[in-house]
Amino acid sequence: MTNSSHHSPKSAVLTPSMLSIADSLRRGEFSCQELCRKLLADVEKSKSLNAFLECDPARVLAEAENVDRELKGASKNATDKPLLGVPIGVKDMILTKGIKTTAASKILQNFIPPYDATVIEKLKGAGALVFGKTNLDEFAMGASNEYSAFGVVRNPWNHEMVPGGSSGGSAAVVAAGLCPAALGTDTGGSIRQPAAFTSTVGLKPTYGRVSRYGVVAFASSLDQVGVFTRNVADCAAISQVLFGKDERDATSVDNPVPDLSAELGRDIKGLRVGIPKEYFIAGLDAQVKEAVQAALSILEKQGAKLVEISLPHTELAVATYYIIAPAEASSNLARYDGVRYGTRSAKAGTLEELYSRTRGEGFGLEPKRRILIGSYVLSAGSYDAYYLKAQKCRTLVAKDFTEAFANSCDVIASPTAPTTAFKIGEKSDDPVAMYLNDVFTIPVNLAGLPGISIPCGFSSNRLPIGLQLIGKPFDEAQVLRVASAFESATDWHKQRPPGYQDFGMIGCGRDA
Amino acid sequence: MEFETVIGLEVHVQLSTASKIFCSSSAAFGGAPNEFIDPVTLGLPGALPVVNRKCIDFAIMMGLALHCEIRRFNRFARKHYFYPDLPKGYQISQFDEPICERGNVDVILNDVKRSIGITRIHMEEDAGKNIHDSRTSSSLIDLNRAGVGLLEIVSEPDIRSPSEAAAYLRVIRQLVRYLGVGDGNMEEGSLRCDANVSLRPTGSTKFGTRTEIKNLNSFKFVERALEYEIARQTAVLNSGNEVVQETLLFDSATGATKTLRSKEQAADYRYLPDPDLPPLVVEESWVAAVKERMPKLPHELNHRYVTELGLSLYDAGVLTAEREISEYFETVLATCGNAKSACNWVTSELFGHLNKASKTILESPVSAMALGSLIKMVQSGELNGKMAKAVFEEMYETGNSPEAIVLARGLKTINDDSIIEKAVRDVIDGNPEQVASYRGGKESLAGFFVGQVMKATKGAANPQRVNELVLAALKG
Amino acid sequence: MSQLTRKEIEKLASLSRLNLTEEELVLMTEKLNAIFGYLDVIGSVNVDGVTPMSHVHGAINVLREDVAQPSMPNEELLKIAPDTSGRFIRTPLVIEG
Ligand SMILES: [Mg+2]
Ligand SMILES: [Zn+2]
Repeated sequence: MTNSSHHSPKSAVLTPSMLSIADSLRRGEFSCQELCRKLLADVEKSKSLNAFLECDPARVLAEAENVDRELKGASKNATDKPLLGVPIGVKDMILTKGIKTTAASKILQNFIPPYDATVIEKLKGAGALVFGKTNLDEFAMGASNEYSAFGVVRNPWNHEMVPGGSSGGSAAVVAAGLCPAALGTDTGGSIRQPAAFTSTVGLKPTYGRVSRYGVVAFASSLDQVGVFTRNVADCAAISQVLFGKDERDATSVDNPVPDLSAELGRDIKGLRVGIPKEYFIAGLDAQVKEAVQAALSILEKQGAKLVEISLPHTELAVATYYIIAPAEASSNLARYDGVRYGTRSAKAGTLEELYSRTRGEGFGLEPKRRILIGSYVLSAGSYDAYYLKAQKCRTLVAKDFTEAFANSCDVIASPTAPTTAFKIGEKSDDPVAMYLNDVFTIPVNLAGLPGISIPCGFSSNRLPIGLQLIGKPFDEAQVLRVASAFESATDWHKQRPPGYQDFGMIGCGRDA
Repeated sequence: MEFETVIGLEVHVQLSTASKIFCSSSAAFGGAPNEFIDPVTLGLPGALPVVNRKCIDFAIMMGLALHCEIRRFNRFARKHYFYPDLPKGYQISQFDEPICERGNVDVILNDVKRSIGITRIHMEEDAGKNIHDSRTSSSLIDLNRAGVGLLEIVSEPDIRSPSEAAAYLRVIRQLVRYLGVGDGNMEEGSLRCDANVSLRPTGSTKFGTRTEIKNLNSFKFVERALEYEIARQTAVLNSGNEVVQETLLFDSATGATKTLRSKEQAADYRYLPDPDLPPLVVEESWVAAVKERMPKLPHELNHRYVTELGLSLYDAGVLTAEREISEYFETVLATCGNAKSACNWVTSELFGHLNKASKTILESPVSAMALGSLIKMVQSGELNGKMAKAVFEEMYETGNSPEAIVLARGLKTINDDSIIEKAVRDVIDGNPEQVASYRGGKESLAGFFVGQVMKATKGAANPQRVNELVLAALKG
Repeated sequence: MSQLTRKEIEKLASLSRLNLTEEELVLMTEKLNAIFGYLDVIGSVNVDGVTPMSHVHGAINVLREDVAQPSMPNEELLKIAPDTSGRFIRTPLVIEG
């Protein structure tokens, strides 16, 4: 690192990576039960994070016992179950059969799904176990995790700060070392922004890359499942398990999935990295800007060619998003009516009361706000002026990227968020300020592109900063290649939040 | 004042598919309450729809049968409203991009053929059922039907009378059943009808204010409800008042319509292109492939039966009323080669038996091939008409083939002249008085001799040959 | 856009079957107007001839074959439903319409 003001670490604390844990389990260096006991103890010690909505020791240990039985019979180099025994945190937006799934909403507070999401089936198929369900903004609507019906999540780097959102719980558990990897969902930045706020690696794949079947829908044309890990290699490995067509999700795409790990470690000489000038604007925190520019110069030193690009419709993105996402949300949330499942108001006498009280009592303020916005922009009188217009603006935003990739660059780099983590309570009363925190991530969802946030520094008050890399559709491999090149030249990802240094450490689990 | 009646119908056709339109839950009729359910049917969080290809094929088929244009670029839309039988809070339907548009269909009423325009056909999912439990003042929800595929066929306001409305509905039902896209059963709700009706002064081209009548679940109710509503609107207009635009519900018990909701209460459905379902692009080749697989339609068959086979218009109508009947007839014809005989046997002998037993042609114990063989035996002279009827009787009772019955009963026609001649000789020798009378001029006695010969041969002799040989012998 | 009145918000809430408390109504009226004030930036954009984007990546005709699969057991529904009777889900009386 060149810039000493960004708290370059003197001695990085070693963190066991997901792949090293899987390897250690296979080699018998420790058992899955030993691992889970340690993690459960760490969870117990870090209750104040409020990162888990469900983490049941009895269930986890029973599953770990099964894994240990299987490990005994497994060959040391088994690749059919690459994640055998790996405990995964799962955002509570993703359905887990037999394990309560709430979307952090009172309206689903006792909902036990009768089926597993496809991504859970895939993880289980790879041998992973669901370690716990992580906290989030209610129905993934938020950028701070303050809008959970079950309490705010704290940022492990500074408990007064938000972890970002909406996948704040997943970001926090990976940052704190409570799980080597966690699933999140990203509709407008809900993986990348919390990854940036917690110094984790967070990938939102291309829209259609990962099945949405069994994932509580927020905004169906924008939602995508992705992962949090502590390094890029882990990200590639778990993504490999999740990617691919699912017959049960018509929007999942049949494109071939390359070997994602194959690109790691490849140099980036001659690669054109686009720097969108519209992303370096007023409102971008000076320290974030400085860290990102330092990161860009590292990429340049590694042989990448930095090219300034223009994404001229960037300024439309947030407004476009806050029309489309609520419109789809108002539709997707119509099913929570207290009739077939979920919480039903105890005060409902008539059918009309059943609906309006169940929904009035069950939804928090932010979902209510979005339902109202969505109903408004879809109603007969305002559809054309808002919803249809927003869909056209979406085309413009997406076209900006298409043209940039066609004419100028192979990947795009930018700050992930305009600021570092903000104080709990600082923006929770100002929805527009909250929405603007996603200004750099939202366009990527609108265009359906892959995007990753990787650690690229710290502010002077030791809050993490993330670098966002955006790829062409279905070119996650390229994004991972650049991310891993950057990672190999830095050690931001090796740093641990104070107080959590020994979390997740067990036996001889090796360095990331 | 004289008024002209203006009627348009909205018909919902439930599709005969194995699975629902957006999930693989069974689309079977009946079943225990909430037996055909899955995450999609229940609208569980995270459940996603995937379109059943067969529903698209059926929509295209129906569109072709009704001479519609088939839309190339289609999207499904979500139509939002809250109702306990609607699991997701929205119905997946098509809004401003229906798969079929601008068609027409001929309807014949009292020998007058009129063309009724088809505005559109779109695909959508059915809702479940609310069962009212008045005992506990609650409703019970059964979602078996929720998600079953529907076609909604909307006619132009081209229909001019309740009986024409019923005739139109019959044609739609006939096509639905011919194409195999549905069973068209109004009692079970697999064919449902709503009607828009208005009146205007005869000669006027401007439409009057219309009302919509829901829930017309039999042909009879369609006619009765429309007659009631026309009388009601006529009275309103004649008394100088105006018809109020509203949605009405037909009460089959009272035969009257009652207000369900007024225009002001019309819902705002907040249609949204369904983001879960990628667009559907129906290329020419898809339409052609469906066309290839389409069965012949009743009006095409009708035309062929009259012009090529020489059947009467009436018989052709009877034989094409149902696809199963025409298929049966075609098989009989293919086996025996004689259209008129095939028609007679099917419409008189077979239908006589089936009607008596209230059976449909699908339940006929006599297969079309077997009936064809029987007719063939008559034509070749192997069986005479009387024997054939007896054989048919036994075929109907037992389901056995005519060949087996003939063999078992030794029922072959005797065509051997030497056997018939011997019988004739015996009869003539045994009845000298009658022979004398005949020869004395009482020629009507010929029938007596033929009868005696037939009796002697147990009815098996070829009657034509018997006739010839008797006459020859009497001439002496 | 003109300001959303309290009355309009009440209408939207009823359309969405959302019971709002008095406090929520006041808050919503204020915040929604702030949000719509921001969303109006798209109002002045020229989008003549631009195709609206309803789906991503241009996939079409994603279909399944007509094969029925075994159902979810009825008990699974009874377990998650808030009120049941026999094999049914139960609600307050549904008034036809
Ligand atoms: Mg309709
Ligand atoms: Zn309909």
